[in-house]
Amino acid sequence: MTTAAAPPRTSGPARRPATAPKHRPKVNWWLTALLMVLSLTILVPLYFAVVTALKTTAELGGTGFGLPSSLQWSNFKDAWELTNFPRAALNSALITVGAVVVTLLTNSMVAYAIARNMDRKFFKGLYFYFVSALFVPFPIIMLPVAKQTALLHLDNRAGLILLYVVYGLAFNIFIYTAYINSIPRSLEEAAQIDGASTWTVFWKVIFPLLGPMNATVGILTCLWAWNDFLLPLVILSDPNSATLPLVQYVFQSQFSQNYPAAFASYLMAMAPMFIVYIFAQRWVISGVVRGAVK
Amino acid sequence: MSTDSPRVPRLRKPKLSPTYYWMVLPALALFLVFHTVPVVQGIYYSFTDSPGYGPSNFVGLRNYAALFSDPRVIHAYWFTFLIAIVATVVTNVIALAIAIGLNSRIKFKNGLRGIYFIPNVLAVLVVGYIFNYLFSNSLPALAAKLDIGWLENSLLGQAKTAWIAIVILAVWQSAAFNIILYLAGLQTVEPEVYEASALDGASAWRTFRSITFPLIAGFFTINMVLSLKGYLQIFDHIVALTGGGPGTDTESIALLIYKGGFQGGEYGYQSANSVIFFIVIVTMSMVQLNVLRRREVSES
Repeated sequence: MTTAAAPPRTSGPARRPATAPKHRPKVNWWLTALLMVLSLTILVPLYFAVVTALKTTAELGGTGFGLPSSLQWSNFKDAWELTNFPRAALNSALITVGAVVVTLLTNSMVAYAIARNMDRKFFKGLYFYFVSALFVPFPIIMLPVAKQTALLHLDNRAGLILLYVVYGLAFNIFIYTAYINSIPRSLEEAAQIDGASTWTVFWKVIFPLLGPMNATVGILTCLWAWNDFLLPLVILSDPNSATLPLVQYVFQSQFSQNYPAAFASYLMAMAPMFIVYIFAQRWVISGVVRGAVK
Repeated sequence: MSTDSPRVPRLRKPKLSPTYYWMVLPALALFLVFHTVPVVQGIYYSFTDSPGYGPSNFVGLRNYAALFSDPRVIHAYWFTFLIAIVATVVTNVIALAIAIGLNSRIKFKNGLRGIYFIPNVLAVLVVGYIFNYLFSNSLPALAAKLDIGWLENSLLGQAKTAWIAIVILAVWQSAAFNIILYLAGLQTVEPEVYEASALDGASAWRTFRSITFPLIAGFFTINMVLSLKGYLQIFDHIVALTGGGPGTDTESIALLIYKGGFQGGEYGYQSANSVIFFIVIVTMSMVQLNVLRRREVSES
């Protein structure tokens, strides 16, 4: 609801037709300036990371906010080789893409079956069973889960994808069912009269209508799987399948001899998601809001 | 639920397509195995002296009794609460203020919103390592230049000051999410409401207290509950900044469970800690939700 109303207002006065003769208060430049200054709290640490990553070790020291005398791109090469960046990036990408795709395909389906049968005890019970897991934070089950995944030989990338999909159920079912409830049943009934099976109805009629919710669930799962540290830390046993955040942790002791390379490594770990965000900013923000406001 | 209000009394429900069951059963089975079974296992281990491998004995409630007199555990709870409560309040005050700013008549609205949201897409651990360097090298150097004596030592060196650094990182990273949520809330308030308030000659603060805040009280409740619940589980921030040190002075509950359970041979003992932690989180969320909901009702 709220997001549907938001875009016209946020798109600024430029898009507003001049037909509104209402007196328009002028732009508050003082507030604009204040917010720009405050936004430096976000930008300065990022600026700091960039300049540090481009210095020589000899240039470190002091407050460290100065510019490098010459750009040491070799730091990125060092970090790339030391941490085996391509491998870690590939692991992160595989796990994230896997988690997003499987989550979208399965969680929406489960939510559909539940949403359309809430008048039956079994499905209603299932709904509360899944959603109640929202109250169980991961640190509480991490000890048994780590043991169990090792036992089942799921202490690898596939196991990690599986856990993201299963643990996402609680929240995703919550928001998917709310959305599916707003889709009129008449659409499905029309398809059923034409002889479509429940299966076909879901994939051909309902799933395409879930677009906005799929975007939300996809974005949230993507941010979670890409940036997560705790789950890979306790699940993955093979260092070769370590994700990007995990690699930063593993190399901490070696980084302390070469901070510029460490910062180059941090930047490379953050870059992919950051670039995605820059290009899909509005989409990401509205997706996150839709998930939270439900 | 409201859509099917003119409910026709049906004598017998039509037979359900078995496809619906096939759609949920695999998920149910996996959820059972990877979520519910671990919960039950955790409770079971909490009554044993298991070190995490090999045989173990049933010890009844001994783990629970020991928890309440273990200074390391008590300190971890105290430290976690301190951070969670301070960070929740600071995050929400800052986020609400910035959201109100972003919702005003300002220029570059979308650009600024985009900048303020950046931290939400970055990994806490990685940002934490950058802040670690800032706190332990840049800030002391800056303090020495400006002659601020107490800041010349790294904030991370002792628990007395490290919690401040942890709160700063936590707020920096998660205010982004709260800002966006408050902004969504503020955009539900019709501009006419403000115009009416301005005509009545209400001050900015009065408008906020009596009009804006009550209208977005629901968003305040969500933000407070989500923030507190998230901060109580704080883990990545502490790994990146202090690793729990010096000694065990800056350990959070989640970090203690991880360290004790996986590395300290306290599998059973930390399982008991997890059970207590679970009860604490559920209780705090419930209490908070009740208090805030009641305020919401009485204020609107």
